[in-house]
Amino acid sequence: MHLPESERDLRLDLFRGLALWLIFLDHIPSNIVSWITIRNYGFSDATEIFVFISGYTAAFVYGATMQRRGFVVAGARIFKRAWQVYVAHIFLFAIYMAEIAYVVAHFENPLYAEEMGIFDFLRQPDTALVQALLLKFKPANMDILPLYVALLAGFPFYVWLLFRAPTLALSVSVAIYLIAWKFSINLPAYPSGHWVFNPFAWQLLFAFGAWCALGGIKRIGRFIRSPYAVALAATYLLLSFAVVMTWYFPAYAHFVPKWLTDWMYPIDKTNLDVLRLAHFFALAIITVRFVPRDWPGLHSRWLRPAVLCGQHSLEIFCIGVFLAFAAHFAMIEFSGSIAMQVLVSILGVVIMVAAAALLSWYRRIEDRSSGSRSKPPSASPAGSPP
Amino acid sequence: MRIVLALIGLLFAGAAFAQTDNPCQIADGVLQVGFPLPHVAAAIENKQLDIVVLGTRSSALSGAGGAGRAYPARFEAALKEKLPDVAIRVITYAKPRQTAQDMQKQIAPILSRDRPALIIWQTGTGDAIRGIDPDAFSAALDEGVSAAQAAGSDIILMNMQYSPRTETMITLTPYLDVMRFVALQYEINLFDRFAIMNYWNEIGTFDLSVATKRTDLAERVHYCIGRLLAEFVLEATKLTAPNDEATQQ
Repeated sequence: MHLPESERDLRLDLFRGLALWLIFLDHIPSNIVSWITIRNYGFSDATEIFVFISGYTAAFVYGATMQRRGFVVAGARIFKRAWQVYVAHIFLFAIYMAEIAYVVAHFENPLYAEEMGIFDFLRQPDTALVQALLLKFKPANMDILPLYVALLAGFPFYVWLLFRAPTLALSVSVAIYLIAWKFSINLPAYPSGHWVFNPFAWQLLFAFGAWCALGGIKRIGRFIRSPYAVALAATYLLLSFAVVMTWYFPAYAHFVPKWLTDWMYPIDKTNLDVLRLAHFFALAIITVRFVPRDWPGLHSRWLRPAVLCGQHSLEIFCIGVFLAFAAHFAMIEFSGSIAMQVLVSILGVVIMVAAAALLSWYRRIEDRSSGSRSKPPSASPAGSPP
Repeated sequence: MRIVLALIGLLFAGAAFAQTDNPCQIADGVLQVGFPLPHVAAAIENKQLDIVVLGTRSSALSGAGGAGRAYPARFEAALKEKLPDVAIRVITYAKPRQTAQDMQKQIAPILSRDRPALIIWQTGTGDAIRGIDPDAFSAALDEGVSAAQAAGSDIILMNMQYSPRTETMITLTPYLDVMRFVALQYEINLFDRFAIMNYWNEIGTFDLSVATKRTDLAERVHYCIGRLLAEFVLEATKLTAPNDEATQQ
């Protein structure tokens, strides 16, 4: 089996970059700018885009390694990546701890005596810290990286199977999704409950991305470009848009028939509800139809910032989570006005772009200094792995 | 953000703000009365209205006289003002740190002891803090609501407080969604305390991110919650058709 054409598909970088911006905006609470993000217009959100593209690029990068150097080397590289993601997560956790330690020391209000219960875990830091290291204790908005660690941990075996029997590999992934859904299988969390992103459910999107990258897209390409698929996708997007609007305008909620609400709700993000999955597929079909691979706009100066961010996804994701904390902090300490919300949103995106530009520059000088030696995996065609 | 959308919705609907001096004022559409309260209507008819508030720490205020300034007492006072010829009793059970599962178990004993026409069930914060599975939270709500309905009481769900300081630390959204969903499913009213407080914070009625040891802000917020809750209950009662089965009991 051959890898598809090795020219970089900038669409992946572009949409992953955009997804990173949207995740950042969504992570700032009470932010008027998050009004523009796609979660307000349909069932799925930037998380689906991010997970799918990460699966796609991971397969591209590590699939090439597996073909050239074999299973052991590719597997070792994937585990190294999982380790990096783990360390990044612990770094974010440290920032979170600093933030709440500050709030505990400086904020008191009798109105919120109950909400202050969130700090109870500080009374047993021994348990909380160990649970955090075990990826069981995950504070708000810090669930995506542990999901990646879990996804990458199983990835070498999946890629191995993907090269031998792609249909079987994808079927296994679908089967895991169905079994997890049927028997409510998920990993435990601390102090109670389960992982916010069930890895047994979300692996499907990651695996599907990988399947597409290693030849699958050729097989379904004719279908997803057909006018029927496009019409179906557009219809579904419109319907989901209409339903989502009733969440914001409850006065219109009665237009949604009762049998539909009974069947449809709740739309479960934890277990990647099939309605969310379908919404992502519909978005993908429309995107592939209207943004071809050779679209000249992909090289335009205006989209360059998003492409840059997409090429350094792990670093930019972490910076985004940190910036969302900082933005929320600034809104509370100084002003929560709309002007401030817009300002911190724009500033945050600018900082993400600047950081991505800096990282690209680092990569260039490192490539140059490594000279005639073989290129590091980071310079592979589809950008950085997840 | 929901508020912004609600405001845009209002523009489309052509509705106008009712400008009054009422310090607790909220825009139309922030609070939606969706379903009637037949048992409350019947109780008012019989001049004897017993209500239970089942809540957690945020249904109470600490300090001397805190109970008299917390929203259940304000709610009772407002109801007595509006219904002077009805004997009104509001009984409050507010214990800190409870999850919906802890509280749901108390509903049956409360129903047989107090025989209220209405239970106001304030919950959600404890579950969100402890990261209880939203499915388990939903199941606990199911149990409690069906127990109340089976025993012949109306029930209103009250969701969490909006707390800007802890917004990045406590993930409320799944729990807010579950409460909205359960309310729709059982056709009961949801008193959207979160939306109200979010609205107040946004238009500047109250600065909810201020750090203070004083209780005056908390008292004013509770005062307004109590007043709005009374208006909410009375409005819902009005939805009850006069020939409704329950009123005939």
